[in-house]
Amino acid sequence: MKNILTRNRHLTQRVGFILITLMAFATVIPIVAVVIYILAQGLPAISWEFLTGFPHDGMRAGGILPAIIGTIYLTIGTAIFSVPLGIAAAIYLSEYASDTPLTRTIRIAIINLAGIPSVVYGLFGLGLFVLFLNFGTSILAASLTLSIMTLPVIISTAEESLRSVPQGFRTVSISLGATRWQTIRRIVLKEALPGILTGVILGLERAAGETAPILFTGAAFFLPRLPHSPFDATMALPYHLFVISTQVPEMPIQIQYGTALVLLAFVLTMNLIATVIRSRARAKRQW
Amino acid sequence: MEKSLNWREFVITRLIKASGYSAILFVALIFFFLIREGVPTFEEVKMSSLFSARWYPIEEYFGILPLITGSIIITLGATLIAVPFGIGTAIYISEIAPRWMREILKPLVELLGGLPSVVLGFLGILVLSPFLRVFLDLPTGLTALAGSILLGGIAVPTVVSVAEDALDAVPRAYREGAWALGATKWQTIWRVTLPAAKSGVLTAVMLGVGRAIGETMTVMMVTGNAPILAIKLSNLFTPVRTMTATIAAEMGEVANGSVHYHVLFFIGMVLFLISLGVNIAASSMVFRAKKRAERILS
Repeated sequence: MKNILTRNRHLTQRVGFILITLMAFATVIPIVAVVIYILAQGLPAISWEFLTGFPHDGMRAGGILPAIIGTIYLTIGTAIFSVPLGIAAAIYLSEYASDTPLTRTIRIAIINLAGIPSVVYGLFGLGLFVLFLNFGTSILAASLTLSIMTLPVIISTAEESLRSVPQGFRTVSISLGATRWQTIRRIVLKEALPGILTGVILGLERAAGETAPILFTGAAFFLPRLPHSPFDATMALPYHLFVISTQVPEMPIQIQYGTALVLLAFVLTMNLIATVIRSRARAKRQW
Repeated sequence: MEKSLNWREFVITRLIKASGYSAILFVALIFFFLIREGVPTFEEVKMSSLFSARWYPIEEYFGILPLITGSIIITLGATLIAVPFGIGTAIYISEIAPRWMREILKPLVELLGGLPSVVLGFLGILVLSPFLRVFLDLPTGLTALAGSILLGGIAVPTVVSVAEDALDAVPRAYREGAWALGATKWQTIWRVTLPAAKSGVLTAVMLGVGRAIGETMTVMMVTGNAPILAIKLSNLFTPVRTMTATIAAEMGEVANGSVHYHVLFFIGMVLFLISLGVNIAASSMVFRAKKRAERILS
């Protein structure tokens, strides 16, 4: 009797483990499949002309250079605003703030920023940057909008990384006569750098792939030239993919897959760099 | 020398503090601008008209009920997919998988979180919805179901990472205690580890729901965007339209300051309040759980 019971328990466990394992694989395999499928379908479209040429014939032929350059501009613009601000906020939370109601409010605000729908960021950017501050539909307005959206990712990963630096490092530095800021800059930031970098790249990766926040703040349907200044609107890869897959009739499927592949490659490269930095730092860490 | 150092230190400290406070400022600014542009709706559109079932802005019908039900049905569908698969994957990664497998799976799930939603929408149009149309014999594959499936995929990484953190945070001694009493690993997972991580797992579910309700591009591309009142289960197989997709699709074409413009901002306000509610509830659950853990440990 007892024997049967134990055997049943172990049978349940075996079946359960198999089920859970299948579920995990059912989650992960489609991710790999999506990447491989886009790679396979998009690769034939990739050529020098496709990457460096302008679109013509109503975007049904030619290249996607303005969209690629636009996405690079937007990513850099986002980095200019969100990186210093995000790291400074993380330093405040990890090195200066004590557990007060104000600090808790800041944390709740960060959590909320992370949860606000991307299209609501678009509305906000339209209301504040495009209309109220009169930047117009421009790279500047879109970058600022994306920056605020990216901020919570950068703050929370940077803070985690700063906190993981052992307290002893700070104590020693201060006891040697360094000021608080010197300690932070020369010791804590230096040690936390790989972690911060990982967070920054993951945040920017998200920004580079977003469409909804730039829809009404800076994305252009079609531009025959590259943007000249931060006050110009720009084409961007994610918006371009949206446009050619839904708004342009009789769009050659090759160009669609090619554009999807370039966008995916852009984002995955950033993801890969972040993963490599993180695992290298982990391997090198001595504390 | 001494003096200039102090002065620099002072300025930098102030700058860092100001950056810390900026998060509060941004949330307030976002809410302020949504209110500023959204509240005029109340003067321009009658309440009975706003909460009616007809969304047809060209003829000044601004009933947002179809959009709300559209968002709800798709989010429900996505939750039904993301919760079991997300929690299952989290359990697998944290409790069952060997170490090397964990090192492979975690970055892959993270990768899914980084896939641009427009790419998923694109594949939804070209691959998923034609498949659903043929497989289920529907007039069109651009349905709530297609949206739910893709949104489920988008919400999964959020659920996995938060649930996995929660499972990881359960002290090892809990599991060892259960094993010592003769429980199998499976029994330990269900009766000890998961209940101990309950609040964290709930937070994961809520954040996943929040992620799904706010997603824009994918749903706009694959759900067909028909503003019909989606209150029956069969609406899963018809086109629907969400709040987010409505804003994204129509904001580009309205005149600034028009009634339609104000209503779209009003919908944005509703979305903002929903995400605020979800996130505050989720984070207060985490705080409560932390307090309880501290109480047990002290």
